[in-house]
Amino acid sequence: MTTRDTDWDGVRLHVITGKGGTGKTTTAAALALALATAGRKVLLIEVEGRQGIARLFDCPPLPYDERKVALGLGRSGTEGGDVYALAVDPEGALLDYLQMFYNMRRAGTTLTRLGVVDFATTIAPGLADVLVTGKATEATRRRGSRGGSHVYDAVVMDAPPTGRIGRFLNVSTEVSGLAKVGPIRTHADTVAKVIRSPQTVVHFVTTLEEMPVQETLDGIEELRELTDGAIRPGGIIINMARPAMLSDADLAAAASGSLDVAELVLGLKAAGINDNHGLAAELGTELKEHALQVALQNRERAELLTSGRPHYELPLIPDGIDLAGLYQLAAALRQQGAA
Amino acid sequence: MSTTAPVRLDMDRIIDDRRTRIIVCCGSGGVGKTTAAAAIGLRAAERGRQACVLTVDPARRLAQSMGLTSLDNTPRQVDGVDTSSGGSLHAMMLDMKRTFDEIVEAHADPDRAAQILANPFYQSLSSSFAGTQEYMAMEKLGQLRHADEWDLIVVDTPPSRSALDFLDAPQRLSRFLDGRLIRVLTGPARAGMFGMKVLNAGFAMVTGVLTKILGAQVLRDAGTFVTALDTMFGGFRERAESTYRLLQAPGTAFLVIAAPEADALREASYFVERLDAERMPLAGLILNRVHTSPAGRLSAARSLAAAETLEMQDRPEETGAGPRYELAAAALRIHAERMNLGKRERRLAEHFTSAHPAIPVAEVDAQPEDVHDLDGLRVIGLILSR
Repeated sequence: MTTRDTDWDGVRLHVITGKGGTGKTTTAAALALALATAGRKVLLIEVEGRQGIARLFDCPPLPYDERKVALGLGRSGTEGGDVYALAVDPEGALLDYLQMFYNMRRAGTTLTRLGVVDFATTIAPGLADVLVTGKATEATRRRGSRGGSHVYDAVVMDAPPTGRIGRFLNVSTEVSGLAKVGPIRTHADTVAKVIRSPQTVVHFVTTLEEMPVQETLDGIEELRELTDGAIRPGGIIINMARPAMLSDADLAAAASGSLDVAELVLGLKAAGINDNHGLAAELGTELKEHALQVALQNRERAELLTSGRPHYELPLIPDGIDLAGLYQLAAALRQQGAA
Repeated sequence: MSTTAPVRLDMDRIIDDRRTRIIVCCGSGGVGKTTAAAAIGLRAAERGRQACVLTVDPARRLAQSMGLTSLDNTPRQVDGVDTSSGGSLHAMMLDMKRTFDEIVEAHADPDRAAQILANPFYQSLSSSFAGTQEYMAMEKLGQLRHADEWDLIVVDTPPSRSALDFLDAPQRLSRFLDGRLIRVLTGPARAGMFGMKVLNAGFAMVTGVLTKILGAQVLRDAGTFVTALDTMFGGFRERAESTYRLLQAPGTAFLVIAAPEADALREASYFVERLDAERMPLAGLILNRVHTSPAGRLSAARSLAAAETLEMQDRPEETGAGPRYELAAAALRIHAERMNLGKRERRLAEHFTSAHPAIPVAEVDAQPEDVHDLDGLRVIGLILSR
């Protein structure tokens, strides 16, 4: 198989957001696996201190340190590249920032004891956000020794949920309200330059339900308004979609309650199941609910498409997500051109 | 075979008990907290309570169905409620920033209040989402309770990453206000007053480092903000503490909401343990979106086998005659999938119930469509009270 263009060639920082419960972390992990083709190195970052990545990859809690957690999804006959993971928290990011720019880790420890991190998260969350996004952009820009090539071919960030994503990414504006000049402002501007460049996109994960879809559309709009289009929306990743199991005609009949139960009775009988105590009618009820759900999914999908964003669909993994399931999702993303 | 069934949560007993004054719905994001809170409020109102639902971030159509068209921070009467039992329903959406502004205005003289409201740190803090929303939800709850216009307040907690944020927010603010950093920011004069050992030697170093990272101007703004807030500290902490006590009072009932998914149930477990540690009264668990089947007597295995039997038969419709089996085969597959899903959910729920056997549980079946009108809420209320 030859290398083909993906929808996001040139993108090096993939930010993943979505409403809680839609599978943001799972999708971010699957995208990282899909991006890590042979010879490539991908970093998966989590920012909300939930250790969701460690749970997904079944490894011990991640420290503030880049660790290899998996091999990427290979192509036929070849192994994939390397997927590294990092759990960023504001405190670690602050120490890192002090070390990197001022060589003052010790002082940082003192500040932590004094509650500077509490201060940042309590009174100026924008400052905490800029430290966290700063770590992600630093990893995106990082080059090997002697100005070599990028250390990571791509960085995938499991970001805060849709309701908070605009502010989270709009760091320079958030911080400029607080700091007109000074080092933290300079840092924020550097971070913003990466986030507002064509190498960064924000993907939205949603399920085909009313609220997640509404939040996705609102989120895309908010990002556009807040940053005047400077932060680019990526694709919409529809997660846990359930396939229709009936023809359109049967779906319509089932939804309106006009399905022929006699036909079900005959079918059950042919399969050796007697229609005792109204079993067929009960299965008919399940068919109706299935039809209503499919109709709802179709409505929500159509709604999503009004945004004009590219979209990808990931199947529901019925037995819960394990490593095999992650690779299955990664394959689906790659097949649809997301990676 | 299975472990002992959990105690059934008696929702009607809770809402009919006039001593219940506050119901707090908490749980991780995306599990149906808002819908549950609205359904409980509606049912309580239709059973004669003067109920008020305080919600943070409702789905647009659900909000519209309750007449909530804007964030105006004032409870509005909900139309279409059956008031024949003498009850009523009000609902409001939280306006976080306005709630915060009101606290400032209530606790500082006009000049100082204006100074605080204009400070960039205040603006960042009051409109950001991390922690402030939780804190303001609690503040608003305290206000509504204090107003005493309703005999039952149902509150839907903010969609935090973790259900625990909501309990931690008031204390985090308190801890911050008491913190040593404050003394650094408010200047050496004040620090000297406290005679802090750590500050005597390290003070210059710390301010030096802070200036280096944040810049002198940021430090100055932060200092001004903190000094301005200084007069309100006592008031702030007092409010946080009184809301906290309100949550521990016997008239409060916590409901933990979860979906039968591993993450949501893990959060629910943490929350239950935390409530216990804080001695907050837990009424029970609402397990939302549970998949059951009306045809539970037909097992997944048998159903799948039957579907395969049908699919392997000669296809009569190709000859243009005889019955069509596709429909039955599809029905059997859909049924098998649903039975398997239900079984998985049951196992996950049992992880929870075997660890917390004394906690009453109410299950709500997955609805084929989203709930966005009062009738839909009534159905949920009815299911909750089965």
